Amino acid sequence: MKSVKNHLSLVVALLSILFSMQVFFIVERSIDAYKVNLSNNYSIIAVSKKELSSSDFVGINKIISKADELSPDSVVKRLTSDMKSTNVELLKLTLPKFYKLSLAYYPTPQEVKQLRSDLLKNGSITKVEDFSHTHDTTYKLLLLFKKVVALFAIVVLVVTVLLIFKELRIWQYKHNERMTIMGLFGAALWLRSAVLFRLAIVDALIASFIAFGVFMYLSSSPWVVEQFGNIGINVIVFNPIDDFIVILGVAITISILLASLIVLGHKEEA
Amino acid sequence: MDNVIIAKDLSLSYSNNETIINKATFSINTGSFVFITGASGSGKSTLLKSLYGALNPKQGSLIVGGVELSGVSRSKLNFLRRHIGIVFQDYKLVKEWSIEKNIMLPLIINGYVKSVALNQVEKLLKHVRLNHQTGKYPLELSGGEQQRVAMARALAHNPILILADEPTGNLDEYSSQLIWNLLEGANNQLKTTVIIVTHHIPKTLNVDYKHFHIEYGSIHEVR
Repeated sequence: MKSVKNHLSLVVALLSILFSMQVFFIVERSIDAYKVNLSNNYSIIAVSKKELSSSDFVGINKIISKADELSPDSVVKRLTSDMKSTNVELLKLTLPKFYKLSLAYYPTPQEVKQLRSDLLKNGSITKVEDFSHTHDTTYKLLLLFKKVVALFAIVVLVVTVLLIFKELRIWQYKHNERMTIMGLFGAALWLRSAVLFRLAIVDALIASFIAFGVFMYLSSSPWVVEQFGNIGINVIVFNPIDDFIVILGVAITISILLASLIVLGHKEEA
Repeated sequence: MDNVIIAKDLSLSYSNNETIINKATFSINTGSFVFITGASGSGKSTLLKSLYGALNPKQGSLIVGGVELSGVSRSKLNFLRRHIGIVFQDYKLVKEWSIEKNIMLPLIINGYVKSVALNQVEKLLKHVRLNHQTGKYPLELSGGEQQRVAMARALAHNPILILADEPTGNLDEYSSQLIWNLLEGANNQLKTTVIIVTHHIPKTLNVDYKHFHIEYGSIHEVR
């Protein structure tokens, strides 16, 4: 019981830090996935007097990933119900070319403006429809979401710092007396600190494995998968190798930092 | 006979600069049994602290076990402390450790093999009549029992010097007698130098002792 109590305080503090961090990663990944989703669904229509290839468009602005020519058939059909087929072909030749431009990523409103300007600088392109109103609204929503996440990260950082300092005081109080007594009997610094560092590393491992277990469970939970499916994105909730390395690294770094601060701040009582 | 402690013009003070011990010169032979007495606040405990390097000499020279404590390095001080057994008035036991682990502390620090250390702890627990309390933690014991654990810890590594600050201060007669017997035994059988800070020298001692008295910052040899 005494042993469990010794570990509990730091494990709980570390767990709250690791959970907040991983949640932050998940939100970041969700935003990125949502941006990719938006990028896939967002395109610009360009109207050109002459035929242009996909590489011509990419040459105009690097943000353009490809250009697909839109078939004029549906428009022509509505206009030519009484026309002869030869006239229809002639009409098709006189019609401008319509292109759907796909983008490499979801652009900022400034990038959309720049792209529009670059496209119109090309002599062949006569009109560009960028659906800027819809784009701006979605982009602002995304920015708001990112700001909320950044705010959450700041709050987590503040709480983390407070937790670490609270833990530091508790540990200083708990270990100062023992380290002083060991020092009075001639224990070298490494021996006086060994208990502290061992405890710190064991607690970091316990917290990391608990976090690993919880996030492994969450990542395979049908409910979580369904929620992401509902907004049309596929997010890796927990990468068992990469994320675990980060979690373990953060937990061990914090614990060792905490133990080092205690050792450095230790003053021997006379 | 060698001197285990040599003090020359030794002055001690705390950070407020008020001199507690003023230019004291004395020496203590190896294997002596020494009492240091004096009124409350006279500087008895301060002098004892300086002997294990918890307080640096303000002036003069203080050599303990061949180590000059004035400006001593941390590694040399650790080396010296590994050969000293200290009994504190407030016991200074590690509360989170069992009494066995507390007694084992100087043995661990001195690099004893665990089986040897455990064997030594078992013997010492019998000596201090606490073999029925194994597995307990300091706060589960009475004051007298805690002081007996502290005494066992001070003896565990067969130190060259035992420093005891009011070792029987608030103890019952049984525990006090046991502590005196152990200190006498260490001095008689192992020739350990024993220095005790106290208000009262017990009348029934089976050991030849020296007596220093501290008054107004000066140390006088009484006996």
